[in-house]
Amino acid sequence: MKKLFEFKTKTIVATGIGAALFTLLFMYVKVPTGIPETDIQTAYGIGAFFAAMFGPIAGFLIAFIGHAISDAVQYGSPWWSWVIASGVSCFLVGLVYPRLKVDEGKFGWKDVLVYNLFQIGANVIAWIVVAPVLDIVIYSEPANLVFTQGAVAALWNAVSMGVIGTLLLFLYSKTRSGKGTLAKE
Amino acid sequence: MKSKLFDYIEKDNFVFNLSGMTKLLCFLILTFTVMFSYDARVILAVLIFSFWVLHVSEIQFSQIRVMLYYVLVFIAINFVLTFLFSPQYGVEIYGAKHVWFTITERYTVTAEQMLYQGTKVLKYLSVIPLGMIFLLTTNPSEFAASLSSIGVSYKASFAVALTLRYFPDMIRDYNDIALSQQARGLDLSNKERLGRRLKNMMNIFVPLIFSSLERVETISNAMDLRGFGKHKKRTWYAFKPLEKRDGIAIAICIVIALASLAITLFVNHGRFWNPFTA
Repeated sequence: MKKLFEFKTKTIVATGIGAALFTLLFMYVKVPTGIPETDIQTAYGIGAFFAAMFGPIAGFLIAFIGHAISDAVQYGSPWWSWVIASGVSCFLVGLVYPRLKVDEGKFGWKDVLVYNLFQIGANVIAWIVVAPVLDIVIYSEPANLVFTQGAVAALWNAVSMGVIGTLLLFLYSKTRSGKGTLAKE
Repeated sequence: MKSKLFDYIEKDNFVFNLSGMTKLLCFLILTFTVMFSYDARVILAVLIFSFWVLHVSEIQFSQIRVMLYYVLVFIAINFVLTFLFSPQYGVEIYGAKHVWFTITERYTVTAEQMLYQGTKVLKYLSVIPLGMIFLLTTNPSEFAASLSSIGVSYKASFAVALTLRYFPDMIRDYNDIALSQQARGLDLSNKERLGRRLKNMMNIFVPLIFSSLERVETISNAMDLRGFGKHKKRTWYAFKPLEKRDGIAIAICIVIALASLAITLFVNHGRFWNPFTA
């Protein structure tokens, strides 16, 4: 049985490697949408994949560390409200972890639906509630600006998590063989 | 794409010799001070102080040029967006209205708005040198030790150490995969349609992720075999013990933070410095 908040050696290593991937994609692999400063961040797709595979704590730390490091390297200092919101979004996606059996090769249409419901919920909470509220509390940014930015971020991150995350989970499940799949001849 | 996140070049001066823990603590104290205060005078003081420390730490301009460029673009966009979305936010905050000139009814430029936005620019500017100092004067092997010494669980700190260790490997893997896929005719440039490009990117992600998952397996087995995580605490090879200069540095930062808090509580009676209604 998978426990929601376990933190094994494997989780720690997956967090470290996942955060390195997240940083790399966050800094260099974006898909521009034509609107300035609102690229589709492919990093969230990977973050959601790792969160669904290794649980909420790994998800939170991957997005938090990855976002904080890439912010620090690019801008000199992390933008805390969005770094926290990043962490929250992948934490919430990670809550789907006990419901999935991807490493046993199972990822059917029902699982696709469950994963995407969690993912969309996570993005709405993280980017339309957490990020703007923290922006207002910590940085005193004007409300209508941050809620607009948050809504745009929620949309594109949901696209990234939906497309990239779902495809990766599906493809990974295909490479795994489940329990009791050996047939007696 | 650089294979290293940043260049750490060892030097012998006051800032470099501080323990990583001190630098992390000072960075956090000062950034939170700047984040909390909306008093242009306090922020200007921290800004001057942090640029002075940057000077003392002998960081070369070439090391921070790219960051500076990113930040200036970010500040410019934020400045314009703030004005477009809330041109009267300053008036709302300071409860006064001194009109400079009018563009349209909605977009009236006021002294209050300019003070609010000017303070914001200063806030962003003053945080950059602080982050850069921590990042460029701390040995990357010491990051995990510093995090764990300010109270972060050592398992989470170890994840940060792994991130920094494996980032260059990831870049190399990514480049190898991207180049070999492009040699097979995969187009990742702007010339391709959006949906098509996402699909092409998946052709890089899949091998990248799968090889990473294998790597997770190998590393975690190696760590388990060496008994990682058996005890509640661990020591760090790279940890620099605290000395007198660390005490001095932390004390200076705490004094700055307390001074800013005192000004907030007793002089401004709030987060904002309001020169308009007095």
